[in-house]
Amino acid sequence: MSHQVVSVKVYAAVFGALLALTITTVAVSKLELGEFNFIAAMTIAVIKGTLVVMFFMDVRRATSMTKLFVGAGLFWLAILLVFLLSDYLSRGWLPSLRWL
Amino acid sequence: MADSETILAAAHEPELQHHFDDSAQQLESSTLGMWVFLVTEVMFFGGMFGGYTVYRNMYPEAFASTSHFMNVTIGAFNTAVLIFSSFTMVLAVRSAQLGQKKALIAFLILTLILGCVFLSLKYVEYHEKWVDHHIPGPGFHYADPRYFHQAQILFFLYFAMTGMHAIHMIVGAGLLAALIVMAARNRFSATWYTPVEMIGLYWHFVDIVWIFLFPLLYLIGHTR
Repeated sequence: MSHQVVSVKVYAAVFGALLALTITTVAVSKLELGEFNFIAAMTIAVIKGTLVVMFFMDVRRATSMTKLFVGAGLFWLAILLVFLLSDYLSRGWLPSLRWL
Repeated sequence: MADSETILAAAHEPELQHHFDDSAQQLESSTLGMWVFLVTEVMFFGGMFGGYTVYRNMYPEAFASTSHFMNVTIGAFNTAVLIFSSFTMVLAVRSAQLGQKKALIAFLILTLILGCVFLSLKYVEYHEKWVDHHIPGPGFHYADPRYFHQAQILFFLYFAMTGMHAIHMIVGAGLLAALIVMAARNRFSATWYTPVEMIGLYWHFVDIVWIFLFPLLYLIGHTR
């Protein structure tokens, strides 16, 4: 409400960056980089997501309470993925546990 | 006492509900509430992304082989369409902040059209999968017989994730249509445009989901 209106230039710059990153991610996917293909694709996706959250969703100017909730959401998502993968990725590391 | 209440009631803007101190607090409550909802959506999609990650690690070769049957051209174009729709959505919110009714309606309609373009292209893709017998189930055919079962898991995840995303797009399109009607009926002003801003947040969230779906489903294992 008390927020100043953001100029169209800022939004256009973010839009341009998002388009450029989309082209980059398609171009990088055509290169043979092994495991790095996945890392590059996810890094670009995280950058794009951050741009949308910060500028389009205006979290950079949001109240501390809203920022805390957004951060908590991402933290809980991290708990979900880290604990899930720490189970699945570590299966078979100990060969003597075949009876499981 | 009665006098001060009368003065307060007269002082605040007509859109301000009486249980809020001021408009800023009212907007803050709406924004926080919307974000709580979006966090539940993050967890909802997070479960599906988690399932995808687990199966991709179990059957990496099968998943890599399926990405050859994904239409990267349509996927990339649709990514651009959604990003453009997020841009027009943010311009709609900006027009609302400035109290520009015509621009607000124009940008909302443009956002709605772009959403429909995305869904139409999604339909083309689903039709391709149908023609190629890539729908998991009794009619499923796969070029590489080694991956017949494992590839079905990927295609199931593809339809579940993009389908759930498409349902969110359809809901978003309905919400945009409602906003257009509300804007045309002069329901918004430079001092109150909260629904435009909240549905904007939803629309951007759906965009972010696609930003992650596109590389995972279309690009990973693209080379090989």
